[in-house]
Amino acid sequence: MTPSTIEIVPTADDQRIARLAAAAIVLTVAEAAIPLPLPGVKPGLANIVTLIVLARWGWRDSVWVALLRVFAGSLLLGQLFAPGFFLSLSGSLASLATLGLAMHLPRRWFGPVSLSVLAAFAHIGGQLVLARLWLVPHDGVFYLVPVFAFAATLFGLVNGLVAAKLMRGRASGTI
Amino acid sequence: MKARLAEWIVLLRPGDWLVLAAGLLVCVLSALVLWRGGAPDKAVVRAGGKVFAELGLARAQTVEVPGPLGVTRIEIEPGRARVASDPGPRQYCVRQGWLTRSGAVAICAPNQVSLSLAGGAADYDSLNY
Repeated sequence: MTPSTIEIVPTADDQRIARLAAAAIVLTVAEAAIPLPLPGVKPGLANIVTLIVLARWGWRDSVWVALLRVFAGSLLLGQLFAPGFFLSLSGSLASLATLGLAMHLPRRWFGPVSLSVLAAFAHIGGQLVLARLWLVPHDGVFYLVPVFAFAATLFGLVNGLVAAKLMRGRASGTI
Repeated sequence: MKARLAEWIVLLRPGDWLVLAAGLLVCVLSALVLWRGGAPDKAVVRAGGKVFAELGLARAQTVEVPGPLGVTRIEIEPGRARVASDPGPRQYCVRQGWLTRSGAVAICAPNQVSLSLAGGAADYDSLNY
């Protein structure tokens, strides 16, 4: 009688996604150590990875990387299924949907910075909708919208620039 | 320094500037719309527990409110209101000065007159807070 074993053979695709997601998770964990004045305002450095994946391997891979990052990142930080996790998840879903649309903008005119800023705005939008519906059922949450919008513009610009720089620096697939 | 900056700026494409400008516009507009809260648009005067008058804050005027001790004079200027004089012994409501935020209240308890500002996005009234 032979023992039955199920062997899952990861494909090259799986390994690439895992590697990229690992890079994004490292950035998430590193970022959690940065003290910030306001809860909810974060640089979102992991989105640099999402942007590069989107540009190089397409939307499907970037969804995988971003969602793996949300799950594994919150697991590492002890936040899994805490409110912060759901905020992060809804923000990520909203920004992935936005990226899926925005990636069809003409590349000649709209670079990574556009995608990054749009995704950042979608991220705060998704978070605010969930926060308003579930965590803080009061319009008071919208009082902070200007602060979040400014953070989205600023960090969107910074992340977009870093992504653009990284993509320009390397011709192909060394990440 | 300048060369370092230029190195980054070349990474921005024309549409990126447009998106950034739109982002900043959203910041400014949302701040203007959402942080205007607290601008009152009317003053409510109560005497003996009943609403005596509701006055718009658009133009300056003076209202005299009769109470058990005498007449309380309420003065209104565009955007603000105060109790100008009151016959009460301690003058708390007069010394409160101009009320400018929505929800602010001045109470002249001995004469049973109160002045409160309403309208806009009232945050807290000074009693309950």
